[in-house]
Amino acid sequence: MLRYAILRIFGAIPTLLLVIALAFLMVHAAPGGPFDAERMLSPEVEANIARAYHLDESLPQQFVRYVRGLLRGDLGPSYVYLDRNVSEVISRALPVSMQLGVLAMLLAIVVGIAAGLTAALSKNSFIDRFVTGIAMTGISVPVFVVAPVMVLVFAVYLNWFPASWTGGGGVSRLILPVVVLALPQIAYIARLTRASMIGVLSSDYVRTARAQGLRTSSIIRYHALKPAMLPLVSYMGPAIAGILTGSVVVEQVFGIPGLGQFFVTGALNRDYTLVLGIVILYAALVIGLNLIVDLLYGILDPRIGGR
Amino acid sequence: MNRSLSFARCFSRQRLLFPACIAICLSACGGADEQRESLLNRGLGDEPGSLDNHKARTIQAGDVQRDIGEGLTGYAADGKLEMAAAERVEVSEDGLQYTFWLRPDGRWSNGDRLTAADFVFSFRRLVNPDTAAFYAQQSFGDVVNATEIISGDKPVDELGVAAPGELQLEITLEYPVPYFLALLTHPSTFPVHRSSIELHGDAHARPGNLVSNGAYKLQAWEVGSYIEVVRNEQYRNNAGTAIDRVRHHVTPEDATELNRYRAGELDVTFSVPSEAFAQMKRERPDELRVSPYLAVYFYGFNLSKAPFKDNPKLRQALSMAVDRETLTENITGRGELPAYSWVPPGIVGYEPRKFLYANLSKEERHAKARELYREAGYGEDNPLITTIHYNTAGSHRRIALAVQSMWKEVLGVEATLINEEGQVLLERIRMQNETEVFRLAWTGDYADAHTFLSIMESDNPSNTLFGFKNAEYDSLMNRAALQTDPARRQVWLEEAERHLLSQHPVIPLYFFVNKSMVSPRVRGWGDNVLNYHYSQHLSLSETD
Amino acid sequence: MSYLAAIKPILRKSRDNKTIVACGSLLLLIAAVALIGPLISPHDYAGTDFENSFLSPFGGDWHPFGTDDLGRDLFVRTLLGVKVTLFVAIIASTVSLGIGVAYGAIAGYMGGKIDALMMRAVDALYALPFIFFVILLMVVFERNFLLIFVAIGAVNWLEMARIVRGQTLSLKRRQFVDAARLIGVSTPGIILRHITPNLFGVVVVYMTLTIPQAILVESFLSFLGLGVQAPQTSLGSLVNDGVVHMEGAPWLLLLPATALAVIMLCFNFLGDGLRDVVDPKKNA
Repeated sequence: MLRYAILRIFGAIPTLLLVIALAFLMVHAAPGGPFDAERMLSPEVEANIARAYHLDESLPQQFVRYVRGLLRGDLGPSYVYLDRNVSEVISRALPVSMQLGVLAMLLAIVVGIAAGLTAALSKNSFIDRFVTGIAMTGISVPVFVVAPVMVLVFAVYLNWFPASWTGGGGVSRLILPVVVLALPQIAYIARLTRASMIGVLSSDYVRTARAQGLRTSSIIRYHALKPAMLPLVSYMGPAIAGILTGSVVVEQVFGIPGLGQFFVTGALNRDYTLVLGIVILYAALVIGLNLIVDLLYGILDPRIGGR
Repeated sequence: MNRSLSFARCFSRQRLLFPACIAICLSACGGADEQRESLLNRGLGDEPGSLDNHKARTIQAGDVQRDIGEGLTGYAADGKLEMAAAERVEVSEDGLQYTFWLRPDGRWSNGDRLTAADFVFSFRRLVNPDTAAFYAQQSFGDVVNATEIISGDKPVDELGVAAPGELQLEITLEYPVPYFLALLTHPSTFPVHRSSIELHGDAHARPGNLVSNGAYKLQAWEVGSYIEVVRNEQYRNNAGTAIDRVRHHVTPEDATELNRYRAGELDVTFSVPSEAFAQMKRERPDELRVSPYLAVYFYGFNLSKAPFKDNPKLRQALSMAVDRETLTENITGRGELPAYSWVPPGIVGYEPRKFLYANLSKEERHAKARELYREAGYGEDNPLITTIHYNTAGSHRRIALAVQSMWKEVLGVEATLINEEGQVLLERIRMQNETEVFRLAWTGDYADAHTFLSIMESDNPSNTLFGFKNAEYDSLMNRAALQTDPARRQVWLEEAERHLLSQHPVIPLYFFVNKSMVSPRVRGWGDNVLNYHYSQHLSLSETD
Repeated sequence: MSYLAAIKPILRKSRDNKTIVACGSLLLLIAAVALIGPLISPHDYAGTDFENSFLSPFGGDWHPFGTDDLGRDLFVRTLLGVKVTLFVAIIASTVSLGIGVAYGAIAGYMGGKIDALMMRAVDALYALPFIFFVILLMVVFERNFLLIFVAIGAVNWLEMARIVRGQTLSLKRRQFVDAARLIGVSTPGIILRHITPNLFGVVVVYMTLTIPQAILVESFLSFLGLGVQAPQTSLGSLVNDGVVHMEGAPWLLLLPATALAVIMLCFNFLGDGLRDVVDPKKNA
């Protein structure tokens, strides 16, 4: 298992390099630059700016400079936040996004699994249909509708929670964004759990266990739960991706200084280094998470283990 | 992770003792501050990129810079130009030599005395090509040798600034600039603290490092979230500053900002979304502040190629076919003024010229437009086919839709709308190969008509946005530049504008307005055409 | 195994499944209304009428859904939105399906180094941030309507490729494939005529599930301002525009959002139903 993991990590390095190169090309291929503004600069000032930020060098030169910096652990200066390094901006934004994302994921998993199990166990009953219905709606309404509506209702009208990140105390300002972010995932996970559990409950060995007279609760705990969780584990990858995308909207609506926000602003303002930095971080995260998911899968499914 | 989190949150020694900074950090820091000091929460708009006076380049940066720094001149709450860091100024007869006497009680936030040498150092750094200052040419290009220094042809110490006395500063210009004192209100001319820069280098503009000379000093900067400034006890007029602490919140979306205002989290907003305008006018009429702003919203033409090159009649027809009143009443609806001039109203000592057709009735205007359209060679069987480029934000799309529909109805023009990202649009406009009609806006940097009229001169760098090359206009502007008498200068400038309008290089649509929600507990908010609201002029009444 | 032989049993079983029938019919109904509706209404989707802006539903003059801020009829615009959204989603899913199936089948069948390389490329692409890729495409290709499909399809094919590859790997070992190879059918022939028909079931299921995803992606693009160009519109754009008027003119949000939700729900339920039909024992 350990050897597998190490091999995978090593194998990920060329992937990472490929990602960096591709991202670098994409970032620079988009027209416009970080210092474009309606106010046209005199050619002298433009030349000075280009020189100071190495934008006058050829693309390959800039790439080499960037990679050299990377090897030193330097992600470069931000082209928009001129007083700061990309590493600083990211290191401030990352905890915020992680906090949100982790909490949302936890909430989604807990509530989703609970809902899915409840639905599966009372299959085709009113509760089942109710839960399924809500789950379906959760998937069908886009997050950029849910978010502003929730802000309007809970923050502006009812004043139960702060309307933004800087509007109030530590925990209360987290509640709305985390809930909004978790909602679509709760829906997916509930559906997944339900379908998976139903499948497992009707499988041969569970029926055998029931025939042997075991109680439902122990059947679930000892025989059904683990295999039922398998599809869930493989969903974790897309789930995290979903949370990342959703966070762009949530961060914008709630004014949260997270990675999603910085990424979009950076992309739109051509902050090359910041965007590249976030891409690299994201790529490393995805690769790492995929690895963890694969390992988890191996642990959970006795049929696979010991690759 | 623990330490970086608590550093990020806690901006004073006291806060570091706050418990419960767990790994996932669910604790608070800020908001429920029990001290007796007054706190103002302002919406800032987009994140300011940098607070280094020479590297900063956005309006939002300017708002913060005006709180923490101060230049030789400034504006009072009512928008009148006044002396700031300088006590008085003497201008020579020929308008070339400015001598400033600085206030003897001028101090930096760390107690150092503010001297003329500080200004000399700062101006030199501004024009130094290595600083790559954005506004170098615009703010200081008129000073002796400035342009040559910026392009690297002359050494920095040949700049036309000198400090003959500890508090005496001399600036020499290449040619007279009547609005030079207004230029000196721009934050790029604010002084920077020499020893801080020598000590911290590029990191000097950060909380903890930044030493500034304004009414407030930089306390905290949570990138993407807010910037906090606190009272600068060393400020020359500290007694006149009422509010102890100001938080400038980053509010890139006006709809979200309004929600925060309504929830009581902001005292002042940066803007008001047009969709909510009518509602706010109904529900909170006293809190909604609208006043003219020095900016014009216009549609530009690509003058470098057909169909708009050398075709003033066609351009005029298109300009006349637009119902500016419909745009301002039904679409933007925030009290904007329909624009029949290029220079916005509100500049003291200037009367904008208007289009000759400004007073025609709608029917007459449309009839004349059709006539010109035909004379330009177009008609029902040969309609003009063109494109309108605009960027995604605010009402741009709705305005484009409206204009497209107006042109179709009145003239039969087939215009396709093309929506682009802001940066891309700018690039396209400058390249001048793809755009035909495009949406743009121009904001004045100082309260003088020159800031609008100069960009239409052939040799101005911003002219590439317009492509307007007209010898007569250039000569009129040159004549204006030579006048030392303000009244005569005004005559020439107005004549230049009249000529500009007659050529129709652009279609001005409306003039912007400042729109903000201002909480009833905020006092001293003065409407002015540049929308400068120095926090030191404001106070909070706690009776609400 | 021909394509026809693979489809027939699925069609037969679908007819008996109530969910599939119900959702399928509803979707067809919606599509029909979207096509016919504009012919009935006297209004055009782009016709501005400033005098009559913000009319509430049934506010006279043939505006069953009311009008928006520019006085345009919301009913006709919603129908246009439905048309555009469905069109974009289906085409985009087909694009991603086409690329994904081809890629996955080839990778899975070829196996070995080629497979490893191809999947490594998929991994790399997976890690690229979606939005930037889209912005770039939008910019380089001039805001083509076509481009939106490509952008959405280009993102979704990755998962399809993975799934197809997995399926192919297990199909590869089946007897009929060995038989075909013994007869001497060429590799492309095997992939085209024997492997792909058997992927049909999985692919159909996955496709009905990616359509809602594609719709969400298109809405997200509209949110960023990169979606369909004005005056054309999609449900995502309509919803986006409606959000800002939530308090003043709630119908501008509610009506298109309901249409969107209904369509998504139908596709989701349809996908579930099809999954039961294609492989009743499979979990997810």
